[in-house]
Order: sequence, then C-alpha cells, then structure tokens
Amino acid sequence: MSRDRLRRLGRTLGRTALILAAASYLALLVGLPLVNVYGQAFARGVAGFVEGLSAPEARHAAKLTLLVVAIAVPANTVFGLAAAWVVARRRTALARLVRVALDLPLAVSSTVIGLLVVLAWSPTIGLLAAPVRAAHVKVLFAWPGLVLATVVVTLPYVAREVLPALYQLERAEEEAATVLGANRWQTFWRVVFPAIRSSVVYGVILCAARAAGEFGAVSVVSGKLIGETNTLTLHVERAYAEYETISAFAAASLLTSVGILTVALDALWRRRGRT
Amino acid sequence: MRAPAEAARPLGVRPARPAWRPSRLELFVLAYLALTGAVPLAAALVQLARTSPADTWRAITAPAAVAAMSLSVKVALLAAALNVPLGLLVAWVLGRYRFPGRRLLDALVDLPLAIPGVVAGISFMSLFGPAGKVGRAVGAAFAPGGLLAWTGLDAPRLVGTRVGLVLAGLYVTLPFVVRTVQPVVIALDREAEEAAHVLGASALQRFVRVILPELAPAVAAGFGLAFARSMNEYGVAVLVSGNVAYETLVAPVYVYQRVEGFDFAGATGVAATLLALSLAVLGATHAVQRRSARHVA
Repeated sequence: MSRDRLRRLGRTLGRTALILAAASYLALLVGLPLVNVYGQAFARGVAGFVEGLSAPEARHAAKLTLLVVAIAVPANTVFGLAAAWVVARRRTALARLVRVALDLPLAVSSTVIGLLVVLAWSPTIGLLAAPVRAAHVKVLFAWPGLVLATVVVTLPYVAREVLPALYQLERAEEEAATVLGANRWQTFWRVVFPAIRSSVVYGVILCAARAAGEFGAVSVVSGKLIGETNTLTLHVERAYAEYETISAFAAASLLTSVGILTVALDALWRRRGRT
Repeated sequence: MRAPAEAARPLGVRPARPAWRPSRLELFVLAYLALTGAVPLAAALVQLARTSPADTWRAITAPAAVAAMSLSVKVALLAAALNVPLGLLVAWVLGRYRFPGRRLLDALVDLPLAIPGVVAGISFMSLFGPAGKVGRAVGAAFAPGGLLAWTGLDAPRLVGTRVGLVLAGLYVTLPFVVRTVQPVVIALDREAEEAAHVLGASALQRFVRVILPELAPAVAAGFGLAFARSMNEYGVAVLVSGNVAYETLVAPVYVYQRVEGFDFAGATGVAATLLALSLAVLGATHAVQRRSARHVA
C-alpha cells in the first residue's frame, strides 16, 4: 500500500472515531433519556399510558397548563411584536432598554423569577400588597400567579424570533405603502406581517412550548395544591415522587412531544442557514 | 389656519415625532415591561431596603447559603469545563463532516432547551439511579468480575450525589457550547489548514496552532454561557441531586426552599448574589463575543 493511501485510510479512521465519539456522547446524554421517557410512559402498554393520563389530578393539571398557555402566549405575542418593532425601528433609549429586557429573563434562574413575582404580588409582604388586597384577587397560590410567572419567563421568545426577520425586511416596501396612503395598521398587516409570518409562527410555538414546560418559577408561586394550582410540570414532579411512575412519565411524554415538535420544526422548516 | 410647514407636507408622510415623545406603541411596550419586569425588580430592591444591611449580609453569609452558592459555582465550573472539549468535539463533527444521521444528531443538541427540566430530571433518575439501566450497568462494571473491578473503586452513585449535579450540568449546557462554537467551525478558513498541511504540520499541530486560535473566542464564550446556565439550573438539579443541605443543595433550590419557609430576606439575599454573578459572567461573555466578531470582520 502506498504511503498516500495509508494516510488517507488513517484520516478516514480518525474521522470515523470522532463521529462515533460525538454520537455516543449525544446518545447517552440526550438520546437515551429522551427514549426512556416514552419507554417508561408505555411500560404497561397503551392502556397504562391512558390510565396514567386520565387520573383526575392529571387531567386538571393538563387543563391548568392549557389555561396558562392560552393567556401567557397571546400576551407575549402582542408584546413580542411590539417590542421587536421598537427595537428594530427606533433609535431611542427605550429601544436599548427593551433590548436589555429581552435578554434578562434568560440570565436569571427560574426560581429567582418566582421569588420576584412573590415579592411583587404577595398580599402580605408584596410591593403591591395594598392594591392586591383591595381588589380581592388571589394572585399567589392561584392561576393569576402562575400566568404572571410564566409570562415573565417566556417574555423574550416571540420578540427574539421576530427581531432578525424585521431587520432583514426591505424598508422601501413599508415606505412605499406609507407614501401610497396606507395607515400604520394597513402597512403592518398588509406589508410587514406577511414577510415575517413564519418567524412569528415559530416564535409563538416556541413560546407555547416553553410556557407549558415552565417549572421553577411556577413551583415557587403555585403552592402546589393538587387539583387546584398544580400545572403539568408540577404534576410530573409530584407523581414521580409518589411512585406513580407511569402517570408521571405519561404526562412527561406529552411535554416531551411538544419539545420535539419545536426542534423538528426548527430543523426541517427553517434550518436558519445552519448547514 | 394650517401651519405652512404642515400644509406643504407631501401626501402620506407623517411629521417626525420628537424622539423624546413616545408613541402609543412604545407606551404599551413600556407598560408591559413595567408590570412584568420593573415591578418585580423594584419589589426585590424594596425587600433589600427593608432589611438592614447587617441582616442581608447575614442572609448571604449563612453557612447553608454559602454552601449552596459555592456548590452551584463549583458544579457549574466543572460542567462547563467538561463540556468545552466535549461540546467542541460535537460542534466539530456536526460542522465539518457529512455522514448519515448528522441532521438527527444536530437536532438532538437542541433538545435540552426544548424539553422541560422536570422531564429530563425524572428520566435521569429512572435511568441513572441504582435501579435504572445505566445505573445497574455501572454498578455491574465495578462489581467483582466486572469490566472496571480491577480499579478496586466503589461504583459511583450517579444520582442523589454531586455526580448527578454535574451530569445535569452537562446536559443543560450542551446546546450553549455547541451552538456557540459550531458557526465558527463552519466558517473556518480551510486554506490556512491546507497551507499548514503542505508545510508539513501534523494533524495535532494543525489543530493546536491553526484551528484552536480561531475557535478560542467562541470556546470562551461557550464556557461563559454554559457556566451561567448551569449555575442557574433548577429543574433537572432539584430532581437528580436529592437536595441535602451542605451536600447536594444548589443555590436555585436553596432560594426555592427559603421562599417555602417564608424567609424572604434569606431568599432575596442569595437570589441577588446569584443574579449579580450571572450578569457579570454574561457581561464578560458578550464582551468576548463582540471583540471576536470585530476581529473576524
């Protein structure tokens, strides 16, 4: 064998070894725990899975999570569009402030966010204790607190997806629409929105997945009352702790499927120019 | 009567608003941020102001608080340090080579961001626990007659211990290291490598002298992001660590427990320390990233 072929063989072997090492690491750290979720959820077959999901506390937890998502995601979508617009189109101090605010929730521990919500809204020690008491609304240990905590944690997702799309947009089309007499709403809905639609949709899906999966902040504000303030993630934790393994993993598999959906959409639909 | 300037304005072009007067859109954004961000942050400041500085200092330097914070920092340092070479390996393989299954591996990297921590936590417990598949295999390897019996070591317990916390750290920080380094791997200048090759540099020399200097800023940024992420991790950590004070109790779990015990001064002191530390690390990371971006351009 010539030296050249030997060297080429060596390079192929080296490359294969690196690929196998990387694949094993990913398989052990991420792949195996992922497959295990479904393996455990269906450990007693489909019947066990269905039974695990149909317990009243599991169904209540799923409904509560849907309620939280149904409020938090639209709110953060409207905010995200507005915030991205301000950051992309204005050169003001507010635009810079919004930029920082969009980074902040990702830098803070989720339990710290939960603590901040408690410090703000607690009827006894909260900054807003007086108005909360006067309004007779229960914020903490009730669904409004869960929504608030989730809103804070998922604040950046829509805005951060929309922002790059807004930056790429041709300003000339917007200006043309304005010159032709379109008002701001018309310019936004007829010109801007169609161009950024896929980013908005992906941002909303991402935000919904993160909202449904939020755990640390809702742990702090929920009080974990079963059948009252237990969201799906809190149900997973409690069921697992109480050896209702299949029930825990059945609920966990729902959350996992939502997570896989976001990753698959990102990989297949958008691919973000990553080769 | 209309002012002449306004009358002369062409159709559809609005007069420029002074920069200091916010539009309705900006007012909405400001109000939303006030409710979700400024009010909670102000509440934390008020809480700190209500507590005397001596009490705050006592809350931060309480032995259990110090133990939790230093454990969080140590685990985060170790997880980030281990994931720098391993993440670099993954980023290199995904960025440089074409092979069947590459896109599946690439998608796996993002999953720790997409799957709730509590889900990963219970899956880790059931896999790596003493009764789990991986836990049993590791136990068997160290048992007499096993593959690693010659070491004479006891099998490490993978959950309920600090080992479990490091595992959790590796899992949650993987996407941050890989996704920071991968674009730089893709953008690497192949000609410089070929030149080094032609000039007789070995594969190791090419990697250390040619490739690594180009990757260094991204690797440093990946380390910073991974450190901050691991230090702030709650979901996976609370499940796999067992949460024994002074042993496996990390700072985010400590904050949770203080709130549960209505010790808001204790919780706020540690939370503020954690926040300051992670902002400092992320600030330094952004500075590194900006400098290297300028360097490339």
